[in-house]
Amino acid sequence: MASTVATTIKNLWDGGVSPMKVSYGKLMMWFFLVSDAFTFSGLLVSYGMVRASHPAYEGATKDFVFSQEYWPIPEKVFDAFPFFHGHSWPLAFVGLMTFILILSSVTMVLAVEAGHRRDRKAVEKWMLWTIIGGLTFLGCQAWEWTHFIVGDGGGGASLTANQYGPIAFADFFFFITGFHGTHVFSGVVLNFIIYYRTVTGLYDRRGHYEMVEKVGLYWHFVDLVWVFVFTFFYLV
Amino acid sequence: MSSEENTNAIEVQPVDKAKVRHLLKVMWILAGVTVIEFIFAFTMDRSFVLVSIFVLLTIVKAFYIVSEFMHLGHEVKSLMYSIVLPMLFVVWLIIALIYEGSMLHTY
Repeated sequence: MASTVATTIKNLWDGGVSPMKVSYGKLMMWFFLVSDAFTFSGLLVSYGMVRASHPAYEGATKDFVFSQEYWPIPEKVFDAFPFFHGHSWPLAFVGLMTFILILSSVTMVLAVEAGHRRDRKAVEKWMLWTIIGGLTFLGCQAWEWTHFIVGDGGGGASLTANQYGPIAFADFFFFITGFHGTHVFSGVVLNFIIYYRTVTGLYDRRGHYEMVEKVGLYWHFVDLVWVFVFTFFYLV
Repeated sequence: MSSEENTNAIEVQPVDKAKVRHLLKVMWILAGVTVIEFIFAFTMDRSFVLVSIFVLLTIVKAFYIVSEFMHLGHEVKSLMYSIVLPMLFVVWLIIALIYEGSMLHTY
């Protein structure tokens, strides 16, 4: 008995045992996500700082008009919906985008579950839905950017001009949602690579579907970041 | 065992119904919390209380995504703390920069 215990302890130092009981790839993905979380925190916190350094709008929400003098109320800026021009539906479109991204996170986690069961057909199905969800989100974002840039006849917004309020508001909109959108785009590319390799049977030959899990972590992180962008850019 | 032998040994296991039910429950929680955020956004005036409610509900959503979808709640404790504790630096960053920012506005 004693010798068995000694061997076990010796083996821990001989390699072959993963620290924290996860594989190298998954652990590195986690630490990459920590660093990426710091990047997004930097962007969102600097948004908070610049916003706090501008005067807030005082007065009733219904009387709000766009002005360079104070920070805009986001729900007054983002109140448009495709094909319903002229209607004011505050935050409806961004709510839809949030729901699309949550759904694609669910289909991703179902793909991971199918991977555990080595069910190739199910992994293919759920990966495809995840890719479709990601592309739909990117399409929504393209529409929202177009609407924000063109504007409702008030000149719209760019990096140097902004009809909705201080120029910094438009700058942060482009940088934060743009940086998140870039992550969504690279997530879709990664998801597609995983889908392609599943279809061509690489993971069956390898004997496990762990790559689906690793890319799944990244995809959920993209969803997680959007939860924070939604709150701090659109709701607050 | 070579990888070729592995290929032949692959067996598709049946769907884990309880697990899928659990994941769908998490989805409904996330959707529900988002709906609650909307209700608060349109029924309450903008105030410190409202912002606190939003931050709290966001943390609830973040918890479910990280713990269940990303499975961190079911990993070993050392991994969980290695990921979560560094985020305390962000909490400090928020407090420091929002405070400094409001001072820029005053002076």
